[in-house]
Amino acid sequence: MADILGAEVDEEGFLVNLGDWTKEIAEQMAKDDDVDLSDEHWDVINFLRDYFEEYQIAPAVRVLTKAIAKRMGKDKGNSKYLYSLFPYGPGKQGCRFAGLPKPTGCI
Amino acid sequence: MTTKKFMYLNRRSSFGTVYAIESLEVVLIAAAFEQDVSLAFIDDGVYQIVEGQNADGIGMKNFSKTFHALGDYEINKLYVSAESLEQRGLSSNDLMPLVYEDEDDDWAEKPSVKVVSNAQLSKIMSEQDVCLSF
Repeated sequence: MADILGAEVDEEGFLVNLGDWTKEIAEQMAKDDDVDLSDEHWDVINFLRDYFEEYQIAPAVRVLTKAIAKRMGKDKGNSKYLYSLFPYGPGKQGCRFAGLPKPTGCI
Repeated sequence: MTTKKFMYLNRRSSFGTVYAIESLEVVLIAAAFEQDVSLAFIDDGVYQIVEGQNADGIGMKNFSKTFHALGDYEINKLYVSAESLEQRGLSSNDLMPLVYEDEDDDWAEKPSVKVVSNAQLSKIMSEQDVCLSF
């Protein structure tokens, strides 16, 4: 089994045990994807973690976009902006950095 | 794409079997296809949306919290059988206050849960294109 900083990950790089997540793990995952985590990335990662805490699911990308628009404004709640932060998909890559499972319904 | 009316029937309580959590999972996946989705809670299914569930003692995820996300997925028609509630000594006050934001009404929060008689429910069911029972 592969691991990141000692935390077990599945074949797609998602954490197996959600409780293993640390900021350092998120930073390492981003580094492996050639992404530099900015404050804007952290806004989305923290949002995803809060969402999971509250609802016990990783939101679908459509729901994520709408919720970010509501909380942080339309200039951030749109796919273009979110994909510029997470080129492999705000749902899939964002959730992976946030230590969440793959979004429900994400193929 | 043509829109069909899908109804998901939930007849079993939250834990003990996988029916409740699997149904919710399917509902969330189906939501991506932008169909007309409604949920019905009948028999022990009414326990799924009772307020104050706690799964700590059985080591399972308390997925009842996920029902609060349904509004975000534009699923806002949750019908509960009045007879099933009554048979279990429950009332609408025992249920989670699930809401959605109405896009056409300046995002006003509105209740998603509707308690209906079995007669009303069977009429609603007869209007569906697809009914999936869990």
